Amino acid sequence: MTLPKTIRGRAWKFGDNIDTDQIIPAKYAIYSLDEKELGKHAMEGVPGRETWASQVGQGDILVGGSNFGCGSSREIAPVAIRGAGISLVIADSFARIFFRNAINMGYPILQSPEASEAIEEGDELEVDLEQGIIRNFSKSNEYHSEAFPPFMTELLRMGGLVPWVRKQLEERRRQKPAASG
Amino acid sequence: MGMTMTEKILARGAGRDTVRPGDLVLAKVDFAMGHDLTIPPAGKIMREQMGAEKIWDPERVAVTQDHFQPAKDAASATLGRLTREFSQQMGIKWYFEVGQGGICHTVLPENGLVLPGELVVGADSHSCTYGALNNFATGIGSTDLACVLALGELWFRVPETLKFVYHHRLKEWVEAKDLILYVIGQIGVDGARSKAMEHTGEALKHIDMEARLTMTNMAIEAGAKNGIMEFDEVTREYLDGRAKRPYTPVTSDPDAEYEKVFEFDAEKVELGVARPMSPDNYAPLSEVAGTRLDQVFIGSCTNSRITDLRRAAAVLENHKVAPGVRLIITPSSHQVAIQAEREGLIRTFLAAGAAWTTATCGACLGGHMGVLGEGEVCLSTTNRNFPGRMGHPKAQVYLSNPAVAAASAVTGVITHPSEVLDKMPAGLA
Repeated sequence: MTLPKTIRGRAWKFGDNIDTDQIIPAKYAIYSLDEKELGKHAMEGVPGRETWASQVGQGDILVGGSNFGCGSSREIAPVAIRGAGISLVIADSFARIFFRNAINMGYPILQSPEASEAIEEGDELEVDLEQGIIRNFSKSNEYHSEAFPPFMTELLRMGGLVPWVRKQLEERRRQKPAASG
Repeated sequence: MGMTMTEKILARGAGRDTVRPGDLVLAKVDFAMGHDLTIPPAGKIMREQMGAEKIWDPERVAVTQDHFQPAKDAASATLGRLTREFSQQMGIKWYFEVGQGGICHTVLPENGLVLPGELVVGADSHSCTYGALNNFATGIGSTDLACVLALGELWFRVPETLKFVYHHRLKEWVEAKDLILYVIGQIGVDGARSKAMEHTGEALKHIDMEARLTMTNMAIEAGAKNGIMEFDEVTREYLDGRAKRPYTPVTSDPDAEYEKVFEFDAEKVELGVARPMSPDNYAPLSEVAGTRLDQVFIGSCTNSRITDLRRAAAVLENHKVAPGVRLIITPSSHQVAIQAEREGLIRTFLAAGAAWTTATCGACLGGHMGVLGEGEVCLSTTNRNFPGRMGHPKAQVYLSNPAVAAASAVTGVITHPSEVLDKMPAGLA
């Protein structure tokens, strides 16, 4: 699965320090292998957002504040957000494990303090993932996201860590017979 | 230019002479851990998506049944079964069954599985705990763990290091928990985001290994990638007779570069709590004393090792839990429970009217055995009190050390332990 070049969607706005137990309360960890079920409960732990997941349209964009996804290492946090239909997460900054989990899943995230600050709930956005440009049609404005190091961009393009590991394993298998023979 | 301990460990793992903050490296992992919530997805990703049939080294992986085990419902039983089957099929040497292990972050150190100089990863955010033993240890996700299980390697961004120097020593009643809550209160829940927290200074010399583990455990609550401490006599004594492999301690070079150095006078740190609903919401105990409680929880990878339970028992001896309050005590491992039984601590807890549970993460993450309802107020020795962490999003959680928790269970309100116990017995202070 490779990334689309552009993503269009409606913005949902969240605050600072949204932690993983708010993104997906731990009680739903029993559904760790069921993305759809996790998606139904995404962001349920954020006060006032108990029924949020049912309002999300396929392809909508989630916009968070600083330190988005702090707390647990459970990968079900980005999985639940993806399961809810969100196509992209933009934030002022990400907590590190959420950040690596998203990259490893090949799930697009963008870090942009100016976008996080300016975008309001309901704004219509178009995001050019390759250029890192976020266009806000509702405000006739555009913002830039911070570039990731090349290896992370490469992982995202490949579709995450899974295809990368497959390639590594194939190389090791090819080298093994040669080494023993 | 010299390197910090964190940089040296990552450089060695990457097979390089030097690394600098910001470098992305592919590094060999010395030890990896997963549990009943993270092994099932990691195992599935590794086998079905990555196409790996076996793991890189069955002797360098530990698996615990701790989060929702003993199974709290049928779905958790399935996760427990998948975890068990994967561990058996992969021949994982350090598999800890229900009743024989406990919480991963207590089990790995007490079994001498995470050692100085090593690069350790765990599919759990509190894996940073192990850094008190002079290693680089960090929390990872399930896809990460699948990669490590398949290859024995993982990508890392070399973090900037923040140095925390603690002068003098902690006062009477003040514990390592109070110190780390104070520090997080100063720098915030993203104050060390993606960075290394290196703890050092005079005060640490007087802090035992279990309390040091409490401090590195909470590195993640400041957003840090890892927490790390120097190797000293305390480390050596803890590892003697425990370490399962030979090890090589690591030290920071005198000319290592730090992004920032924080200096604290440990003597000035007060007994304190984190107020609802964030671990950085520090307040001196005096500001919250008298707050009415519904539940007190002594447990978790943060503060439920044997020394924690000894202090709690010292406070609870010859006292009863106040009417209207429930006290739940969850040892953090089976070995801790055995030791508590030997020392008569369990008798003290039961006589006081506390509920004593099996070793599990349990109530800390709102899993089972102490989940909070709407509007309830809890004082907890755990690590994290974001909304909903222990149950209902409108439950209120205060974080404290175990002696404060025990004293507060006796009075029913947040209480200084000196109001219940004249003096902490020598050896426990």
